[in-house]
Amino acid sequence: MKHVQTLNEKRLQNTVKKGGCGECQTSCQSACKTSCTVGNQTCEHAK
Amino acid sequence: MIHQYKNNGYNIVLDVNSGAIHVVDDVTYDMIAEYENTAMEQVIENAAAKYPKIPRDEIREAYDEITSLKEEGALFTPDEYEGRVIDYTKRPTVIKAMCLNVAHACNLSCKYCFADEGLYFGKKAELMSFEVGKKALDFLIASSGNRVNLEVDFFGGEPTLNFDVVKELVAYGRSREEESGKKFRFTFTTNGVLLNDDIMEFANKEMDNVVLSIDGRKEIHDMMRPRHDGGPTYDTIVPKYQKFAKMREEAGKQYYVRGTYTRNNLDFAKDILHMADLGFHEISIEPVVAPPEEDYALKTEDIPVLEEQYDVLAKEMVARYKTDKEFTFFHFMIDLEGGPCVYKRLSGCGSGTEYVSVIPNGDIFPCHQFVGKPDFKIGNVFTGIDREDIVTEFKGCNVYTREKCRSCFAKFYCSGGCSANAYNFTGNVRGVYDVGCALEKKRVECAIMIKAAQAAKDAQEA
Ligand code: SF4
Ligand code: SF4
Ligand code: SF4
Repeated sequence: MKHVQTLNEKRLQNTVKKGGCGECQTSCQSACKTSCTVGNQTCEHAK
Repeated sequence: MIHQYKNNGYNIVLDVNSGAIHVVDDVTYDMIAEYENTAMEQVIENAAAKYPKIPRDEIREAYDEITSLKEEGALFTPDEYEGRVIDYTKRPTVIKAMCLNVAHACNLSCKYCFADEGLYFGKKAELMSFEVGKKALDFLIASSGNRVNLEVDFFGGEPTLNFDVVKELVAYGRSREEESGKKFRFTFTTNGVLLNDDIMEFANKEMDNVVLSIDGRKEIHDMMRPRHDGGPTYDTIVPKYQKFAKMREEAGKQYYVRGTYTRNNLDFAKDILHMADLGFHEISIEPVVAPPEEDYALKTEDIPVLEEQYDVLAKEMVARYKTDKEFTFFHFMIDLEGGPCVYKRLSGCGSGTEYVSVIPNGDIFPCHQFVGKPDFKIGNVFTGIDREDIVTEFKGCNVYTREKCRSCFAKFYCSGGCSANAYNFTGNVRGVYDVGCALEKKRVECAIMIKAAQAAKDAQEA
């Protein structure tokens, strides 16, 4: 495309079927302890 | 639903429900804003009027690109998750993460401590015994259903005040891994004062992550994180942290230097850059959570100043990209290809459901921020959970049960915010804490802009 550059291939709608296993890290256990941030967590299956 | 914004010279369009992120030119940016509510010919007319120098066929071409993105499910994607996420949060409760407050005691008097200088509003200091800790780990294993990965964070107060028990508990946890089919991920958070070689070596062997508290510049740190007698701590901890961070990096292990900013350092970007200049590569700093009457509490009127600080930081991080001064900032990290599934993104932080806190006497709370609030005690490791009503309340916390979150562009990155903050500021765990919310949105915007800038830099080099 000439007018648009898309930064990512991943589409969230494709995670609906296989997601939800619950194995990934709880967000507050990472580095913050006072907020909820999930966008920076990593899926266990992407490691 | 889409979210469009301009930052640092980039026109960014986030397709909220698919997570697709587009960087577009000016004319496309304007046409996207009108696309859903205006007829095609009118959109093109408006664009031609605004950009007289751009030939019409090029405007049409841009319009067609928008249409094909929509057809590919990368623009104006509908939200089809609500029913699934609500069902998901109703599944049977499984606890897989635990904050173990091994010491309700502390050797510092940090001004903003939510734990009441480690005492959590108790009368006297209390250390967790091995027996209570062991029971807590047994409880975690027994409550974790078929989850394999169990996370245990040693927290306090200050966990190094009870480090022998930490070591015994790690050994106990490891001894149960094989037979229970579980894998423990241990972490700990420390103020650094008692950190020594023995603790560092132990942590390097056993801990997946360590969180090292420091607020940034010396004068800021020493003002907010003094000893009981008011004495400074910066000079004591910094050399230890530098050594520890280097050890962790060499061993390929994670660490974070983590701070809190308050009204005393509204220019907190300087504190982050200070930590980066001390040689730390993994940095996190968070807005303070404080009752509004405290002089260091952040106010609604501070939001624009704080937002600007995130912009300053983001620009500096772009400038440092792929140089030896590069570092990661926890709240700007976005994993565009490997990030979490929609369930993880929308079902909230997990407090009181998959995550709990246990205090020295074995009492269980929904998370570390609720410890010391008697109304939120949900059980004890010796007797189990006895307040299913509270657990049910927490299970209901997700982006679809918070009115403001439901229509928020940042919901897939924030998951509805912190229930503890919401409770402190609105009296309801399902509320929204406005200052935290505004800053979260800003951080998501900056994080995405950084990705756009990095992609541009990569393309330039290629
Ligand atoms: S590990 Fe991946 S699939 Fe499983 S819940 Fe977490 S993000 Fe979703
Ligand atoms: S807390 Fe604020 S930023 Fe987070 S999802 Fe809700 S409205 Fe959005
Ligand atoms: S309620 Fe807040 S502090 Fe507690 S686990 Fe959730 S995000 Fe973290």
